[in-house]
Amino acid sequence: MPTVGEHHIVKSYDEQLKRLHDAISRMGGLAERQLELSMKAVETRDDTLAGEVVASDAAIDADEHFVNEQTVRLLALRAPVADDLRTVIASLKIAADLERIADHAANNAKRTLVLNQTAPLAPVRTLLRMGRLVQELLAQVLAAYLQHDAAQALAVRARDQEVDALYSSLFREILTYMMEDPRTITACSHLMFMAKNIERIGDHATNIAEMSYFLITGQSLADQRPKGDRSNTEGLAP
Amino acid sequence: MSDQIVETKMNAASVRVHYGAKEALKGIDLDIPANRVTALIGPSGCGKSTFLRCLNRMNDTIVGAKVSGTITLDDEPLYGDGAIDPVLLRMRVGMVFQKPNPFPKTIYDNVAFGPRIHGLVPDKDSLDAMVADALTKAGLWVEVKDRLGDMATGLSGGQQQRLCIARAIAVRPEVILMDEPCSALDPIATAKVEELIDELAESYTIVIVTHSMQQAARVSHLTAFFHLGSLIEVGPTERIFTAPEQQLTQGYITGRFG
Ligand SMILES: Nc1ncnc2c1ncn2[C@@H]1O[C@H](COP(=O)(O)OP(=O)(O)O)[C@@H](O)[C@H]1O
Ligand SMILES: [Mg+2]
Repeated sequence: MPTVGEHHIVKSYDEQLKRLHDAISRMGGLAERQLELSMKAVETRDDTLAGEVVASDAAIDADEHFVNEQTVRLLALRAPVADDLRTVIASLKIAADLERIADHAANNAKRTLVLNQTAPLAPVRTLLRMGRLVQELLAQVLAAYLQHDAAQALAVRARDQEVDALYSSLFREILTYMMEDPRTITACSHLMFMAKNIERIGDHATNIAEMSYFLITGQSLADQRPKGDRSNTEGLAP
Repeated sequence: MSDQIVETKMNAASVRVHYGAKEALKGIDLDIPANRVTALIGPSGCGKSTFLRCLNRMNDTIVGAKVSGTITLDDEPLYGDGAIDPVLLRMRVGMVFQKPNPFPKTIYDNVAFGPRIHGLVPDKDSLDAMVADALTKAGLWVEVKDRLGDMATGLSGGQQQRLCIARAIAVRPEVILMDEPCSALDPIATAKVEELIDELAESYTIVIVTHSMQQAARVSHLTAFFHLGSLIEVGPTERIFTAPEQQLTQGYITGRFG
């Protein structure tokens, strides 16, 4: 009597899917590390470290390129269905999110080089706090993906509101700081973009949570996401 | 389309089939929606053809075959008391087989055969019209209209299969059963038959057995997965091929069946 195995009858199909999985897990590690080092460069005002983060971005781009090619090949040659299809689609989308996360981290590293030319800014403390939160979410969502843990993926998605709330309050803090001392406007503008980059990384972590949930359960999370960021509607007048 | 509530054309309830002592179908419950394509998939010997043959009582002709349970067509029973007359049933539920099996007659006579024996036509003109209509619906008219008097056996395999579909359509059936209709055809001929199935679904209810999962995915609205004489899972084709509920279904369609 036939039984359902873990492996495909065609072994090379298994190997191709495994290579895809390995690439995503490698990209996840790289993105995590880029985020961590970029935040460390902000905290320690370390130009050398910031430069390293900028230089390391190419590795993750290469991995994304590999995932794109591998995905097209699998779709064209294997016509994957069911959980195989979901694996391929989720890999494609998650790779794009991870690549964007690394881009935002590299952009923050570049801006650190500018910040380091002026005196330290007080709102940086809140930025670091936001960075720690997003690092935690990224680590958690990558674990959810690797361990096929749908509940953990949902938990990450629910916490995006915390990032948005922190971003809104940091936005107000930077605004106040600039108004009190217009000489900080240039540096504060960079800080504003850095805060936005971290907020975007949080959004990408949420995307990964949703794709992981789809991959694991076959259900897509169609309903509206919880939203905590009101900075778009924040009035600029005091 | 998959979310719409559609009318049930045929219903099977607790259908069991024995060939002598061997139980080939172990209690099948399945609704076949009207004007939709239902695909039956599953490994060889799982009972797909047996189930298909129950739907127009073709199993009656197999010695030792015993069918139990109930099957209805528009709520009329196929078996037992008050059953639809089998001859009438086979007119309402037509069948197309795996290997194209045209009669050794002309193209015209192949299509005219059903309407003639069922006495559906009063005169030659209306028979001509019926033949033209069936060949048009089967997508074969343009290719054969100038050689209706040629022998059907001279057509290519793909054309012969479409001729068999025209022959099935000619008696104006409500349901068309197809048992692996493309397994003897090349990819182009297969694509033409699949395109035809798409068009036919507007006017007919279609049940197709196929061993090609990609074909089931391409042509059907509903997919039913059979395994060892049982119906394991049935659902909208899109759901079966993206997120099947049963491990057995997933194992089979992804090629992880050991
Ligand atoms: N005429 C027959 N006599 C005896 N056994 C049969 C006959 N037809 C089919 N079977 C058996 O019934 C089971 C289901 O066969 P079938 O319906 O042809 O499967 P499928 O179409 O899914 O390949 C198989 O085990 C097959 O050997
Ligand atoms: Mg068969």
